[in-house]
Amino acid sequence: MNLPKSMVFTKSHEWVKFLSEDTALIGLSDYAQDQMGSLVFVNLPMVGDEVIAGEPLGDVESVKAVSDVYSPVTGTVSRVNEELLDAPESINQDPYAAWLVEVSDISDRDDFLSATEYEEFCLKEE
Amino acid sequence: MEKTTPLFQMHEQEGGKIVPFAGYLLPVQYKDILEEHMAVRERAGLFDVSHMGELLLTGHDALDTLHYLCSNRFHDMQDGRVRYTLLLNPQGGVIDDLLVYRLSAERYLLVVNASNREKDAAWIKEHLLGNTQLEDCSDHFAQLALQGPKAKEILEKLVKAEEIPAKYYTFTEEALVGDIPCLLSRTGYTGSFGYELYCPSDDAKKLWKLLREAGEEFGLLPCGLGARDTLRLEAGMPLYGHEMDDEVSPMETGLGFAVKLDKEEDFIGKKALMERGEPTVTRVGLKVVGRGIVREECPLFVGQEEVGKTTSGTFLPYLKGAYAMARVNRSYAELGTKLMASVRGRMIEVEVVPLPFYQA
Repeated sequence: MNLPKSMVFTKSHEWVKFLSEDTALIGLSDYAQDQMGSLVFVNLPMVGDEVIAGEPLGDVESVKAVSDVYSPVTGTVSRVNEELLDAPESINQDPYAAWLVEVSDISDRDDFLSATEYEEFCLKEE
Repeated sequence: MEKTTPLFQMHEQEGGKIVPFAGYLLPVQYKDILEEHMAVRERAGLFDVSHMGELLLTGHDALDTLHYLCSNRFHDMQDGRVRYTLLLNPQGGVIDDLLVYRLSAERYLLVVNASNREKDAAWIKEHLLGNTQLEDCSDHFAQLALQGPKAKEILEKLVKAEEIPAKYYTFTEEALVGDIPCLLSRTGYTGSFGYELYCPSDDAKKLWKLLREAGEEFGLLPCGLGARDTLRLEAGMPLYGHEMDDEVSPMETGLGFAVKLDKEEDFIGKKALMERGEPTVTRVGLKVVGRGIVREECPLFVGQEEVGKTTSGTFLPYLKGAYAMARVNRSYAELGTKLMASVRGRMIEVEVVPLPFYQA
Protein backbone atom coordinates (compact mmCIF):
# COMPACT_ATOMS: atom_id res chain seq x y z
CA MET A 1 0.00 0.00 0.00
CA ASN A 2 1.24 3.46 -0.95
CA LEU A 3 1.54 5.40 2.33
CA PRO A 4 3.83 8.35 2.98
CA LYS A 5 5.11 8.35 6.54
CA SER A 6 5.01 12.14 6.78
CA MET A 7 1.22 12.07 6.93
CA VAL A 8 -1.45 10.94 9.33
CA PHE A 9 -4.78 9.43 8.34
CA THR A 10 -8.42 9.23 9.36
CA LYS A 11 -10.78 6.27 9.42
CA SER A 12 -12.79 8.07 6.75
CA HIS A 13 -9.73 7.88 4.47
CA GLU A 14 -8.45 11.43 4.43
CA TRP A 15 -4.77 12.23 4.82
CA VAL A 16 -3.47 15.17 6.84
CA LYS A 17 -0.08 16.76 6.43
CA PHE A 18 0.79 19.37 9.04
CA LEU A 19 2.74 22.30 7.62
CA SER A 20 3.01 23.92 11.04
CA GLU A 21 1.46 23.53 14.49
CA ASP A 22 -1.95 24.81 13.33
CA THR A 23 -1.93 24.58 9.53
CA ALA A 24 -2.44 21.40 7.51
CA LEU A 25 -3.08 20.14 3.99
CA ILE A 26 -5.91 17.64 3.56
CA GLY A 27 -6.36 15.08 0.82
CA LEU A 28 -7.74 11.63 0.02
CA SER A 29 -5.76 8.46 0.59
CA ASP A 30 -4.64 6.15 -2.16
CA TYR A 31 -6.99 3.52 -0.74
CA ALA A 32 -9.93 5.95 -1.00
CA GLN A 33 -9.26 6.94 -4.61
CA ASP A 34 -8.86 3.29 -5.56
CA GLN A 35 -12.17 2.37 -3.95
CA MET A 36 -13.97 5.25 -5.66
CA GLY A 37 -12.49 4.68 -9.11
CA SER A 38 -11.95 7.47 -11.61
CA LEU A 39 -13.07 10.75 -10.11
CA VAL A 40 -14.98 13.09 -12.39
CA PHE A 41 -16.07 15.89 -10.07
CA VAL A 42 -14.88 17.60 -6.92
CA ASN A 43 -16.90 19.96 -4.76
CA LEU A 44 -14.70 22.00 -2.42
CA PRO A 45 -15.35 24.71 0.17
CA MET A 46 -14.26 28.31 -0.31
CA VAL A 47 -11.35 30.13 1.26
CA GLY A 48 -12.58 31.54 4.57
CA ASP A 49 -15.11 28.74 5.19
CA GLU A 50 -14.95 27.23 8.63
CA VAL A 51 -14.74 23.46 8.80
CA ILE A 52 -15.37 21.17 11.75
CA ALA A 53 -13.54 17.95 12.59
CA GLY A 54 -15.70 14.98 11.60
CA GLU A 55 -18.08 16.98 9.41
CA PRO A 56 -18.15 17.04 5.60
CA LEU A 57 -16.03 19.72 3.98
CA GLY A 58 -16.93 18.79 0.41
CA ASP A 59 -17.46 15.78 -1.79
CA VAL A 60 -15.90 13.87 -4.63
CA GLU A 61 -17.80 12.03 -7.32
CA SER A 62 -16.96 9.10 -9.55
CA VAL A 63 -19.18 7.88 -12.35
CA LYS A 64 -20.82 5.46 -9.94
CA ALA A 65 -21.19 7.39 -6.70
CA VAL A 66 -20.70 10.48 -4.63
CA SER A 67 -18.65 10.40 -1.40
CA ASP A 68 -18.37 13.00 1.31
CA VAL A 69 -14.94 14.21 2.30
CA TYR A 70 -14.79 14.73 6.07
CA SER A 71 -12.68 17.39 7.63
CA PRO A 72 -10.12 15.84 9.96
CA VAL A 73 -9.67 19.17 11.78
CA THR A 74 -11.58 22.22 12.97
CA GLY A 75 -10.30 25.45 11.48
CA THR A 76 -10.56 27.92 8.61
CA VAL A 77 -9.96 27.06 4.97
CA SER A 78 -6.95 29.12 3.91
CA ARG A 79 -6.32 27.68 0.44
CA VAL A 80 -8.28 25.55 -2.02
CA ASN A 81 -6.64 23.46 -4.74
CA GLU A 82 -8.66 24.90 -7.60
CA GLU A 83 -6.74 22.93 -10.20
CA LEU A 84 -8.69 19.89 -9.05
CA LEU A 85 -11.95 21.44 -10.20
CA ASP A 86 -10.85 20.99 -13.81
CA ALA A 87 -8.69 17.94 -13.25
CA PRO A 88 -10.21 15.69 -10.57
CA GLU A 89 -8.29 12.78 -12.10
CA SER A 90 -5.13 14.18 -10.46
CA ILE A 91 -6.46 12.63 -7.25
CA ASN A 92 -6.40 9.20 -8.88
CA GLN A 93 -3.00 9.79 -10.44
CA ASP A 94 -1.18 11.10 -7.38
CA PRO A 95 -3.41 11.17 -4.30
CA TYR A 96 -0.69 12.40 -1.94
CA ALA A 97 0.24 15.36 -4.13
CA ALA A 98 -3.36 16.27 -4.97
CA TRP A 99 -4.29 18.11 -1.79
CA LEU A 100 -7.87 19.38 -1.60
CA VAL A 101 -7.66 22.21 0.93
CA GLU A 102 -5.34 23.85 3.39
CA VAL A 103 -6.84 24.55 6.79
CA SER A 104 -5.32 27.11 9.17
CA ASP A 105 -6.04 28.23 12.75
CA ILE A 106 -6.65 24.62 13.66
CA SER A 107 -8.32 24.45 17.06
CA ASP A 108 -9.42 20.83 17.19
CA ARG A 109 -8.63 17.58 15.48
CA ASP A 110 -9.99 14.09 14.96
CA ASP A 111 -8.22 11.00 16.18
CA PHE A 112 -5.53 10.26 13.66
CA LEU A 113 -3.95 6.99 12.62
CA SER A 114 -0.28 6.70 11.79
CA ALA A 115 0.61 5.30 8.37
CA THR A 116 1.15 1.87 9.89
CA GLU A 117 -2.11 1.94 11.84
CA TYR A 118 -3.97 3.14 8.78
CA GLU A 119 -2.58 0.33 6.69
CA GLU A 120 -3.85 -2.22 9.20
CA PHE A 121 -7.21 -0.45 9.28
CA CYS A 122 -7.56 -0.66 5.47
CA LEU A 123 -6.58 -4.31 5.37
CA LYS A 124 -9.40 -5.06 7.81
CA GLU A 125 -11.87 -3.14 5.66
CA GLU A 126 -11.17 -5.31 2.63
CA MET B 1 -26.80 -15.92 -2.13
CA GLU B 2 -25.95 -14.52 -5.55
CA LYS B 3 -25.48 -16.73 -8.56
CA THR B 4 -22.49 -16.58 -10.83
CA THR B 5 -22.47 -16.55 -14.62
CA PRO B 6 -20.43 -19.12 -16.56
CA LEU B 7 -17.79 -16.40 -16.99
CA PHE B 8 -17.19 -15.67 -13.31
CA GLN B 9 -13.72 -17.20 -13.38
CA MET B 10 -12.76 -15.06 -16.37
CA HIS B 11 -13.82 -11.91 -14.54
CA GLU B 12 -11.65 -12.79 -11.59
CA GLN B 13 -8.70 -13.56 -13.86
CA GLU B 14 -9.20 -10.26 -15.69
CA GLY B 15 -9.14 -8.37 -12.39
CA GLY B 16 -12.82 -7.41 -12.40
CA LYS B 17 -14.24 -5.60 -9.37
CA ILE B 18 -17.11 -7.93 -8.51
CA VAL B 19 -20.45 -6.66 -7.17
CA PRO B 20 -23.88 -8.21 -6.71
CA PHE B 21 -26.34 -7.16 -9.43
CA ALA B 22 -29.83 -8.55 -10.09
CA GLY B 23 -28.99 -11.71 -8.17
CA TYR B 24 -25.66 -12.28 -9.91
CA LEU B 25 -22.04 -11.57 -9.08
CA LEU B 26 -20.75 -9.48 -11.96
CA PRO B 27 -17.88 -7.09 -12.61
CA VAL B 28 -18.83 -3.44 -12.22
CA GLN B 29 -15.51 -2.57 -13.85
CA TYR B 30 -12.16 -4.12 -14.63
CA LYS B 31 -9.62 -1.31 -14.54
CA ASP B 32 -11.53 1.85 -15.18
CA ILE B 33 -15.09 2.73 -16.23
CA LEU B 34 -13.96 5.75 -18.23
CA GLU B 35 -11.46 3.73 -20.28
CA GLU B 36 -13.95 0.94 -20.84
CA HIS B 37 -16.56 3.42 -22.01
CA MET B 38 -14.12 5.05 -24.44
CA ALA B 39 -13.00 1.66 -25.75
CA VAL B 40 -16.59 0.95 -26.85
CA ARG B 41 -17.01 4.35 -28.47
CA GLU B 42 -13.67 4.31 -30.27
CA ARG B 43 -12.64 0.66 -30.65
CA ALA B 44 -14.43 -2.29 -29.04
CA GLY B 45 -15.56 -3.66 -25.69
CA LEU B 46 -16.66 -7.11 -24.52
CA PHE B 47 -19.37 -7.53 -21.88
CA ASP B 48 -20.70 -10.55 -20.03
CA VAL B 49 -24.46 -10.09 -20.04
CA SER B 50 -25.30 -13.68 -19.18
CA HIS B 51 -27.52 -12.46 -16.36
CA MET B 52 -30.11 -11.46 -18.96
CA GLY B 53 -33.04 -13.90 -19.12
CA GLU B 54 -33.87 -15.96 -22.20
CA LEU B 55 -37.42 -17.28 -22.50
CA LEU B 56 -38.48 -19.46 -25.41
CA LEU B 57 -42.07 -19.06 -26.56
CA THR B 58 -43.22 -21.81 -28.93
CA GLY B 59 -46.35 -23.32 -30.40
CA HIS B 60 -49.04 -22.82 -32.98
CA ASP B 61 -50.51 -19.87 -31.08
CA ALA B 62 -47.23 -18.26 -30.04
CA LEU B 63 -47.79 -15.25 -32.33
CA ASP B 64 -51.27 -14.65 -30.91
CA THR B 65 -49.84 -14.88 -27.42
CA LEU B 66 -47.21 -12.29 -28.27
CA HIS B 67 -49.84 -9.95 -29.63
CA TYR B 68 -51.92 -10.33 -26.51
CA LEU B 69 -49.04 -9.94 -24.03
CA CYS B 70 -46.84 -7.39 -25.76
CA SER B 71 -47.46 -3.83 -26.83
CA ASN B 72 -45.76 -3.95 -30.24
CA ARG B 73 -46.96 -5.70 -33.42
CA PHE B 74 -45.32 -8.80 -34.78
CA HIS B 75 -47.27 -9.84 -37.97
CA ASP B 76 -44.88 -8.14 -40.25
CA MET B 77 -41.81 -9.68 -38.60
CA GLN B 78 -39.73 -12.09 -40.62
CA ASP B 79 -37.53 -14.91 -39.38
CA GLY B 80 -34.18 -13.51 -38.27
CA ARG B 81 -35.61 -10.19 -37.13
CA VAL B 82 -35.56 -8.64 -33.65
CA ARG B 83 -38.11 -6.26 -32.18
CA TYR B 84 -38.21 -4.18 -28.99
CA THR B 85 -41.44 -4.41 -27.03
CA LEU B 86 -43.04 -4.03 -23.61
CA LEU B 87 -44.99 -6.31 -21.33
CA LEU B 88 -47.72 -4.18 -19.77
CA ASN B 89 -49.92 -4.84 -16.78
CA PRO B 90 -53.69 -4.21 -16.94
CA GLN B 91 -53.16 -0.71 -15.50
CA GLY B 92 -50.85 0.15 -18.39
CA GLY B 93 -47.66 0.08 -16.30
CA VAL B 94 -44.55 -1.65 -17.58
CA ILE B 95 -43.82 -5.17 -16.31
CA ASP B 96 -40.64 -5.30 -18.38
CA ASP B 97 -39.05 -4.22 -21.63
CA LEU B 98 -37.66 -6.96 -23.83
CA LEU B 99 -36.37 -8.01 -27.22
CA VAL B 100 -38.34 -10.54 -29.27
CA TYR B 101 -36.29 -12.66 -31.71
CA ARG B 102 -38.35 -14.42 -34.37
CA LEU B 103 -36.71 -17.82 -34.91
CA SER B 104 -39.68 -19.06 -36.95
CA ALA B 105 -43.44 -18.45 -37.16
CA GLU B 106 -43.92 -20.66 -34.10
CA ARG B 107 -40.71 -20.03 -32.13
CA TYR B 108 -39.73 -16.76 -30.47
CA LEU B 109 -36.86 -16.00 -28.15
CA LEU B 110 -37.67 -13.33 -25.55
CA VAL B 111 -34.70 -11.62 -23.93
CA VAL B 112 -35.71 -10.03 -20.65
CA ASN B 113 -34.09 -8.13 -17.79
CA ALA B 114 -32.37 -10.31 -15.21
CA SER B 115 -34.17 -8.74 -12.29
CA ASN B 116 -37.57 -9.36 -13.91
CA ARG B 117 -37.00 -12.81 -15.31
CA GLU B 118 -39.04 -14.77 -12.80
CA LYS B 119 -41.82 -12.18 -12.71
CA ASP B 120 -42.00 -12.19 -16.51
CA ALA B 121 -41.98 -15.97 -16.85
CA ALA B 122 -44.78 -16.32 -14.29
CA TRP B 123 -46.84 -13.56 -15.94
CA ILE B 124 -46.43 -14.97 -19.43
CA LYS B 125 -47.26 -18.51 -18.28
CA GLU B 126 -50.48 -17.23 -16.74
CA HIS B 127 -51.55 -15.70 -20.03
CA LEU B 128 -50.53 -18.24 -22.68
CA LEU B 129 -53.14 -18.57 -25.40
CA GLY B 130 -54.20 -21.93 -26.91
CA ASN B 131 -51.31 -24.06 -27.99
CA THR B 132 -48.32 -22.09 -26.68
CA GLN B 133 -45.50 -23.10 -24.36
CA LEU B 134 -42.95 -21.06 -22.46
CA GLU B 135 -39.59 -22.40 -21.41
CA ASP B 136 -37.09 -20.47 -19.30
CA CYS B 137 -33.74 -21.29 -20.95
CA SER B 138 -31.71 -18.66 -19.14
CA ASP B 139 -29.44 -21.11 -17.38
CA HIS B 140 -28.53 -22.84 -20.64
CA PHE B 141 -27.37 -19.66 -22.36
CA ALA B 142 -24.51 -17.31 -21.81
CA GLN B 143 -24.74 -13.92 -23.49
CA LEU B 144 -21.80 -11.77 -24.53
CA ALA B 145 -22.00 -8.32 -26.04
CA LEU B 146 -19.28 -7.25 -28.47
CA GLN B 147 -19.73 -3.53 -28.98
CA GLY B 148 -17.84 -0.80 -30.76
CA PRO B 149 -16.82 0.34 -34.25
CA LYS B 150 -14.24 -2.46 -34.53
CA ALA B 151 -16.72 -5.21 -33.60
CA LYS B 152 -17.25 -6.27 -37.20
CA GLU B 153 -13.56 -6.61 -37.98
CA ILE B 154 -13.11 -8.70 -34.84
CA LEU B 155 -15.97 -11.02 -35.74
CA GLU B 156 -14.75 -11.37 -39.31
CA LYS B 157 -11.67 -13.14 -37.97
CA LEU B 158 -13.88 -15.80 -36.40
CA VAL B 159 -17.12 -16.00 -38.39
CA LYS B 160 -17.95 -16.58 -42.07
CA ALA B 161 -19.00 -13.30 -43.66
CA GLU B 162 -22.44 -14.61 -44.66
CA GLU B 163 -23.19 -15.56 -41.06
CA ILE B 164 -22.64 -12.04 -39.73
CA PRO B 165 -25.97 -10.22 -39.63
CA ALA B 166 -25.67 -7.05 -41.69
CA LYS B 167 -28.67 -5.01 -40.65
CA TYR B 168 -29.52 -3.54 -37.26
CA TYR B 169 -31.97 -5.73 -35.30
CA THR B 170 -31.40 -8.85 -37.40
CA PHE B 171 -29.71 -12.10 -36.39
CA THR B 172 -28.28 -15.41 -37.54
CA GLU B 173 -29.67 -18.25 -35.47
CA GLU B 174 -26.86 -20.69 -36.06
CA ALA B 175 -23.59 -18.90 -36.62
CA LEU B 176 -20.26 -20.55 -35.87
CA VAL B 177 -17.88 -18.32 -33.95
CA GLY B 178 -14.67 -20.28 -34.21
CA ASP B 179 -16.22 -23.68 -33.57
CA ILE B 180 -18.83 -22.43 -31.09
CA PRO B 181 -22.48 -22.37 -32.16
CA CYS B 182 -23.97 -18.96 -31.40
CA LEU B 183 -27.07 -16.99 -32.06
CA LEU B 184 -25.52 -13.80 -33.37
CA SER B 185 -27.51 -10.58 -33.49
CA ARG B 186 -26.75 -7.00 -34.51
CA THR B 187 -28.12 -5.54 -31.33
CA GLY B 188 -26.74 -3.85 -28.26
CA TYR B 189 -27.29 -1.53 -25.37
CA THR B 190 -24.49 0.95 -25.84
CA GLY B 191 -25.43 3.21 -28.75
CA SER B 192 -22.34 2.03 -30.62
CA PHE B 193 -22.23 -0.44 -33.50
CA GLY B 194 -22.09 -4.00 -32.25
CA TYR B 195 -23.33 -7.51 -31.74
CA GLU B 196 -24.71 -9.76 -29.06
CA LEU B 197 -23.84 -13.45 -28.96
CA TYR B 198 -25.83 -16.19 -27.25
CA CYS B 199 -24.00 -19.47 -26.75
CA PRO B 200 -24.39 -22.62 -24.66
CA SER B 201 -23.21 -21.93 -21.10
CA ASP B 202 -20.51 -24.59 -21.37
CA ASP B 203 -18.88 -22.76 -24.29
CA ALA B 204 -18.94 -19.32 -22.69
CA LYS B 205 -15.36 -19.27 -21.39
CA LYS B 206 -14.00 -20.45 -24.70
CA LEU B 207 -16.01 -17.82 -26.57
CA TRP B 208 -14.79 -15.10 -24.20
CA LYS B 209 -11.16 -16.12 -24.81
CA LEU B 210 -11.67 -16.29 -28.58
CA LEU B 211 -13.14 -12.81 -28.71
CA ARG B 212 -10.54 -11.37 -26.35
CA GLU B 213 -7.72 -12.77 -28.51
CA ALA B 214 -9.32 -11.70 -31.78
CA GLY B 215 -9.95 -8.24 -30.35
CA GLU B 216 -6.49 -7.69 -28.95
CA GLU B 217 -5.05 -6.05 -32.08
CA PHE B 218 -8.02 -3.66 -32.17
CA GLY B 219 -7.65 -2.53 -28.57
CA LEU B 220 -10.71 -4.41 -27.28
CA LEU B 221 -11.24 -4.12 -23.52
CA PRO B 222 -13.39 -6.21 -21.21
CA CYS B 223 -16.13 -3.94 -19.89
CA GLY B 224 -18.23 -4.08 -16.73
CA LEU B 225 -21.70 -3.05 -15.66
CA GLY B 226 -20.51 0.48 -14.88
CA ALA B 227 -19.60 1.21 -18.50
CA ARG B 228 -22.74 -0.58 -19.68
CA ASP B 229 -24.77 1.91 -17.67
CA THR B 230 -22.88 5.04 -18.78
CA LEU B 231 -22.99 3.89 -22.42
CA ARG B 232 -26.72 3.25 -22.44
CA LEU B 233 -27.37 6.54 -20.70
CA GLU B 234 -25.21 8.45 -23.19
CA ALA B 235 -27.23 6.76 -25.94
CA GLY B 236 -30.48 7.82 -24.23
CA MET B 237 -31.62 4.22 -23.77
CA PRO B 238 -34.13 3.50 -21.01
CA LEU B 239 -33.41 1.11 -18.16
CA TYR B 240 -36.09 -0.81 -16.33
CA GLY B 241 -36.50 0.38 -12.75
CA HIS B 242 -35.27 3.85 -13.74
CA GLU B 243 -37.05 5.23 -16.80
CA MET B 244 -39.94 2.79 -16.40
CA ASP B 245 -41.55 0.49 -13.87
CA ASP B 246 -44.84 -1.20 -12.94
CA GLU B 247 -46.51 2.15 -12.41
CA VAL B 248 -45.17 4.24 -15.26
CA SER B 249 -47.09 4.37 -18.54
CA PRO B 250 -44.88 3.90 -21.60
CA MET B 251 -46.49 7.03 -23.04
CA GLU B 252 -45.08 9.02 -20.13
CA THR B 253 -41.53 7.85 -20.64
CA GLY B 254 -40.93 8.15 -24.36
CA LEU B 255 -41.72 4.52 -25.22
CA GLY B 256 -44.87 5.16 -27.24
CA PHE B 257 -43.03 3.95 -30.36
CA ALA B 258 -43.20 0.40 -28.95
CA VAL B 259 -46.93 0.57 -28.20
CA LYS B 260 -49.28 -0.03 -31.12
CA LEU B 261 -52.66 1.08 -29.87
CA ASP B 262 -53.97 0.69 -33.42
CA LYS B 263 -53.04 -2.96 -33.88
CA GLU B 264 -56.02 -5.23 -34.50
CA GLU B 265 -55.52 -7.51 -31.54
CA ASP B 266 -56.44 -6.50 -28.05
CA PHE B 267 -53.50 -6.54 -25.66
CA ILE B 268 -53.07 -6.31 -21.91
CA GLY B 269 -52.80 -2.69 -20.85
CA LYS B 270 -54.36 -1.26 -24.01
CA LYS B 271 -57.67 -0.29 -22.41
CA ALA B 272 -55.94 1.45 -19.50
CA LEU B 273 -53.66 3.39 -21.84
CA MET B 274 -56.59 4.51 -23.99
CA GLU B 275 -58.45 5.66 -20.89
CA ARG B 276 -55.46 7.57 -19.55
CA GLY B 277 -55.61 9.76 -22.66
CA GLU B 278 -52.92 12.26 -23.57
CA PRO B 279 -49.95 11.92 -21.24
CA THR B 280 -49.12 14.94 -19.11
CA VAL B 281 -45.58 13.78 -18.39
CA THR B 282 -42.77 12.87 -20.77
CA ARG B 283 -39.15 11.78 -20.75
CA VAL B 284 -36.49 14.36 -21.53
CA GLY B 285 -32.73 14.60 -21.69
CA LEU B 286 -31.01 17.08 -19.41
CA LYS B 287 -27.57 18.60 -19.65
CA VAL B 288 -26.16 19.91 -16.41
CA VAL B 289 -25.33 23.58 -16.90
CA GLY B 290 -24.29 24.32 -13.33
CA ARG B 291 -21.44 22.62 -11.48
CA GLY B 292 -22.01 19.11 -10.27
CA ILE B 293 -23.48 15.75 -11.13
CA VAL B 294 -27.20 15.09 -11.10
CA ARG B 295 -28.04 11.45 -10.47
CA GLU B 296 -31.36 9.61 -10.28
CA GLU B 297 -34.29 10.64 -8.07
CA CYS B 298 -33.45 14.34 -7.97
CA PRO B 299 -36.53 16.57 -7.90
CA LEU B 300 -36.68 19.24 -10.62
CA PHE B 301 -38.04 22.71 -10.04
CA VAL B 302 -39.20 25.78 -11.91
CA GLY B 303 -39.36 28.40 -9.20
CA GLN B 304 -41.14 26.77 -6.28
CA GLU B 305 -43.02 24.29 -8.47
CA GLU B 306 -41.79 20.72 -8.65
CA VAL B 307 -42.13 19.75 -12.31
CA GLY B 308 -40.46 16.34 -12.47
CA LYS B 309 -37.74 14.04 -11.25
CA THR B 310 -34.58 12.57 -12.75
CA THR B 311 -34.57 8.85 -13.50
CA SER B 312 -30.86 8.30 -14.31
CA GLY B 313 -27.87 10.57 -14.42
CA THR B 314 -24.12 10.74 -14.10
CA PHE B 315 -20.97 12.03 -15.78
CA LEU B 316 -20.84 10.80 -19.39
CA PRO B 317 -17.30 9.91 -20.40
CA TYR B 318 -17.48 10.43 -24.18
CA LEU B 319 -19.37 13.71 -23.98
CA LYS B 320 -17.30 14.72 -20.96
CA GLY B 321 -20.14 16.28 -19.08
CA ALA B 322 -22.90 15.54 -16.60
CA TYR B 323 -26.24 14.52 -18.10
CA ALA B 324 -29.47 13.02 -16.82
CA MET B 325 -32.77 11.69 -18.05
CA ALA B 326 -35.95 12.75 -16.31
CA ARG B 327 -39.70 12.56 -16.45
CA VAL B 328 -41.16 16.05 -16.44
CA ASN B 329 -44.44 17.81 -16.87
CA ARG B 330 -44.92 18.27 -20.63
CA SER B 331 -45.15 22.05 -20.30
CA TYR B 332 -41.48 22.06 -19.33
CA ALA B 333 -40.24 19.56 -21.90
CA GLU B 334 -39.34 21.96 -24.68
CA LEU B 335 -35.70 22.00 -25.77
CA GLY B 336 -33.77 24.77 -24.08
CA THR B 337 -36.01 24.89 -21.00
CA LYS B 338 -33.98 25.59 -17.86
CA LEU B 339 -34.84 23.68 -14.68
CA MET B 340 -33.23 23.49 -11.26
CA ALA B 341 -32.27 20.07 -9.89
CA SER B 342 -32.15 19.58 -6.15
CA VAL B 343 -29.03 17.54 -5.35
CA ARG B 344 -28.19 16.81 -1.73
CA GLY B 345 -29.54 20.16 -0.63
CA ARG B 346 -27.93 22.13 -3.46
CA MET B 347 -29.72 23.53 -6.51
CA ILE B 348 -28.00 22.84 -9.83
CA GLU B 349 -29.17 24.29 -13.14
CA VAL B 350 -29.99 21.86 -15.96
CA GLU B 351 -31.26 22.39 -19.50
CA VAL B 352 -33.54 20.24 -21.65
CA VAL B 353 -31.50 18.91 -24.60
CA PRO B 354 -32.30 16.38 -27.35
CA LEU B 355 -32.18 12.62 -26.76
CA PRO B 356 -30.10 10.65 -27.47
CA PHE B 357 -27.17 12.60 -26.07
CA TYR B 358 -24.85 10.56 -28.28
CA GLN B 359 -25.45 9.04 -31.68
CA ALA B 360 -22.88 6.91 -33.49
